[in-house]
Amino acid sequence: MPEPLHLNNPLAERRLFNARMAICLLLVVLMAAGLIARAAYLQLFQHDQYATLSDENRLRLQPVAPTRGLIYDRNGILLADNQPSFTLVVVRERAKDLDQLLLDLQEIIEISDREIQRFQKRRKRSGAFFASLPLKFKLSDEEIATLAVNQHRLPGAEIRAQLVRNYPVSELTTHVVGYVGRINERELKKIDRVQYSVTNHIGKTGIEKFYESVLHGQVGNQKVETDAQGRVLRTLDRIDPVPGDDIYLQLDIELQRVADKALEGRRGAVVAIEIESGGVLAMVSKPSFDGNKFVTGIDSKSYNQLRDSLDLPMFNRAIRGVYPPGSTIKPFIGLAGLDTRVVNYYSRVRDPGWYQLENDERFYRDWKKGGHGWTVNLSQAIIESCDTYFYDLSFKLGIDQIHNYLGQFGFGQPSLRDLPGEASATLPSRGWKKTTYGKTWYHGETLLAGIGQGYFSATPMQLATATATFGNKGKTVQARLLMTDQSSHWSKLDRQKLPDVELKNPQDWDYLFKSMERVVHSPKGTARRIGVGSEYRIAGKTGTAQVVGIRQGEEYDGEALEEHQRDHALFVGFAPVQAPKIAVAVVIENGEHGSSVAAPVARKLFDAYLLNGLIPSLSSEEKL
Amino acid sequence: MRKTYQHQFPDYQSRKPLPGPLKTVANLDFILLFMIVLLSGFGLVVLYSASEQSDAIMVRQSSYLAAAFGGMFILAQIDPRHLERLATPLFILGTALLIAVLLMGTGAKGAQRWLAIPGLPRFQPSELMKLVVPIMVASYLARRPLPPSLKHLFFSCFFILVSVGLIARQPDLGTSILIGASGLFVIFLAGVPWKVISIALIAALASLPGLWFLMRDYQRQRVLTLLDPERDPLGAGWNTIQSKIAIGSGGMEGKGWLNGTQSHLDFLPEGHTDFIIAVLGEELGFLGVLSVMVLYLLIVARGSYIALTADGTFNRLLAGSITLTFFVYVFVNVGMVSGLLPIVGVPLPLVSQGGTSLITLMAGFGILMSIHSHRSLMQQ
Repeated sequence: MPEPLHLNNPLAERRLFNARMAICLLLVVLMAAGLIARAAYLQLFQHDQYATLSDENRLRLQPVAPTRGLIYDRNGILLADNQPSFTLVVVRERAKDLDQLLLDLQEIIEISDREIQRFQKRRKRSGAFFASLPLKFKLSDEEIATLAVNQHRLPGAEIRAQLVRNYPVSELTTHVVGYVGRINERELKKIDRVQYSVTNHIGKTGIEKFYESVLHGQVGNQKVETDAQGRVLRTLDRIDPVPGDDIYLQLDIELQRVADKALEGRRGAVVAIEIESGGVLAMVSKPSFDGNKFVTGIDSKSYNQLRDSLDLPMFNRAIRGVYPPGSTIKPFIGLAGLDTRVVNYYSRVRDPGWYQLENDERFYRDWKKGGHGWTVNLSQAIIESCDTYFYDLSFKLGIDQIHNYLGQFGFGQPSLRDLPGEASATLPSRGWKKTTYGKTWYHGETLLAGIGQGYFSATPMQLATATATFGNKGKTVQARLLMTDQSSHWSKLDRQKLPDVELKNPQDWDYLFKSMERVVHSPKGTARRIGVGSEYRIAGKTGTAQVVGIRQGEEYDGEALEEHQRDHALFVGFAPVQAPKIAVAVVIENGEHGSSVAAPVARKLFDAYLLNGLIPSLSSEEKL
Repeated sequence: MRKTYQHQFPDYQSRKPLPGPLKTVANLDFILLFMIVLLSGFGLVVLYSASEQSDAIMVRQSSYLAAAFGGMFILAQIDPRHLERLATPLFILGTALLIAVLLMGTGAKGAQRWLAIPGLPRFQPSELMKLVVPIMVASYLARRPLPPSLKHLFFSCFFILVSVGLIARQPDLGTSILIGASGLFVIFLAGVPWKVISIALIAALASLPGLWFLMRDYQRQRVLTLLDPERDPLGAGWNTIQSKIAIGSGGMEGKGWLNGTQSHLDFLPEGHTDFIIAVLGEELGFLGVLSVMVLYLLIVARGSYIALTADGTFNRLLAGSITLTFFVYVFVNVGMVSGLLPIVGVPLPLVSQGGTSLITLMAGFGILMSIHSHRSLMQQ
């Protein structure tokens, strides 16, 4: 069958084409109108919204860290400042191959495996985009130069300059000033996230911790333009941070140095307080350590060494060390005896070398075999530190009166208000024993409390404060580290001051001062050695505190005991007696003799303060 | 038989081109040329900003433009009758090249689009097919009575599907769409009965769910992203979100030339290629977008005029298809950048950076000019 012939009809075809073309053009116009309408919708009707989104894209508010306030001693000598330090940081988003980069860096400069581990830990914790993660702190000039030369082939590795806390005389001051360290997770929960958004360090101990809010300052911020990678291109606007306030401490670094030297090679603590102001002139706890190591993170070897040392260098003995005060509290007990009229200046006690309670077979021994004689009065008992006299006095006073009077001097509660972590120690009472042990009080325990043993304990800071109040004739001295003229910072920690100690007969002060003076300045005084050749008069009291109990019938033999079990040596005192300016408490662990070991330390402090102190500015400049 | 009816009609007889007074110097259409130059000049200005003021890119794009104008000039000299005659060999060659691409092509980002034949510059055979497919379908249908019968429709569709299928395998969705469109325009303009169109439309709609299963994973992602860009704002949705922010933040007058923050701070990816309209919208605002759209519409108008006044069915169909396909470029590109269509790789014609598609486009304009200047004496 032949194929039917189809003929083209040009005119019809043209008409058809024109019609179809018209339809297409209509569609074209409609679609173009749609696109233009879409553009108009985005650009005219939703412009504001998209303009905002565009700004949000590129503008960031970056916090700017405030500079931490400095810490000075009373003469304006720097105890804590901020020094530029260079840190190697890695921005992982900019590194092509992170593992390779770390290997390359390790080839160029020394980076320990430990530092790599810490870096990996930080990396896992940080979720932020383009975060600078520190890899190595405190780069040396040489390392900086090496890194700078190789920078082009190390994308992702950058050097950041930042201010790092520095303690010029850390070994001397770390138990007072403390140190800052990286903010940990527990602290993170407490702090103001906005204020600390760019702060890496926070006060961990000491003044750094206590006055954190004063030292830290206010965070600032800047508006920056960034690209899609988060790189900052320029700063558009800036609110400067407010630097933290500087802090002046009562501490006299020269006196601190003297005290530190006097305790060289010992375990112990010294606290010196200016009686007029209550300012802590010196506060030393030995051994000490270098707080700078903690600022950028101490390596575990050094840390373990510090932690495991039997000498406990990190333990702040001045405020946390709880020691039996021993005989150093005898003047306070005597004062209670006089004021309660239990004894007077002429009351005498026979001392055969021991004391016995009725219906008690136990012997309460005096430190001196054979006793202090047949007629021991209060003054003599203080001068020679007669235990028997004070057994008798304590028994007559009773624990309630002891607790009452010694409480007025601040025993049994923290005395320094501007350091964290001070121990309360124990001023025992019936109530205390009941709640602590659930047992009733025994008379024998009163006797031990009366010579500063048994349950009685105190910190060196408490001893110094109580001695200062004593030297101030009962007018309460409040110990503190902050200088007086910085009252704005002080106000926030003001507490109710202890009431002054008012005696019925103020002459009792003179009697007790005289007795304490004769401890130092009379041939029979226990601290007579330190009175030799002094240009001023010292009032003091020695103490020896037992570390291990001595059983009935045994005698103390220092030679036979382990070094750590020997008696603690103590001394408290103030000078000059006529117008007391400075009070000192010294505790030397296992020093055995208050008179020969502890008292000379106090003498050095008195000399330094009272003799050199006449021209304090000159003396401090000369020595630095 | 073909010869017999060809000789019956004056259209197909002696067609010695007469040099007209103005319009036909070197067979160029100066109205069209003027608009093309205007648009590509404007494109260079936008590209200068979008490329971060890169001299290298400007030099490269200018040389592409020069090459493309050269191509246009050459094609404007070729009598469309030669194209019609060469349709079948060209189509066979093109199809062979597409198969060659699938077998031994090169490319980047998981797509295989380029063919490197020794002695020739590297090229994309799919670009060639953008012109060959409409030429093939137009020449096939022009030889048959119109409206086309079902049999002829079937063959036309076969030509289209072979090319589209091969290109979609590369994969190159953008080019497949453009080529499919150019072929379908020819069929539509040839006068497919409405009945057939409706059935085809219904069938297409019904097969949409099936299409979902044929799509590759990343293509599905793009569709899902279009429907809800926020489902993955940092990943698949990023481009669309950022380009909408760029356009929207431009407002009426824009942020000023070279002052776009979205593009210059790298928030907007592909700012100098497929997403260049976002840079334009951000820096020159609604007025800039409107101006470009008007220019595109004027080019489409001139192309349509050429199609409507062309003589001979083949010329009409080809001119119409080239013109309408040009608009499809614009619509798909602007639609995707402004978040109306899924993201497919279609450049903004004459503005986006890139040489391959530019040369094809200008070649198309060369064909349009040739069709216009080679009209018979009677028409002119």
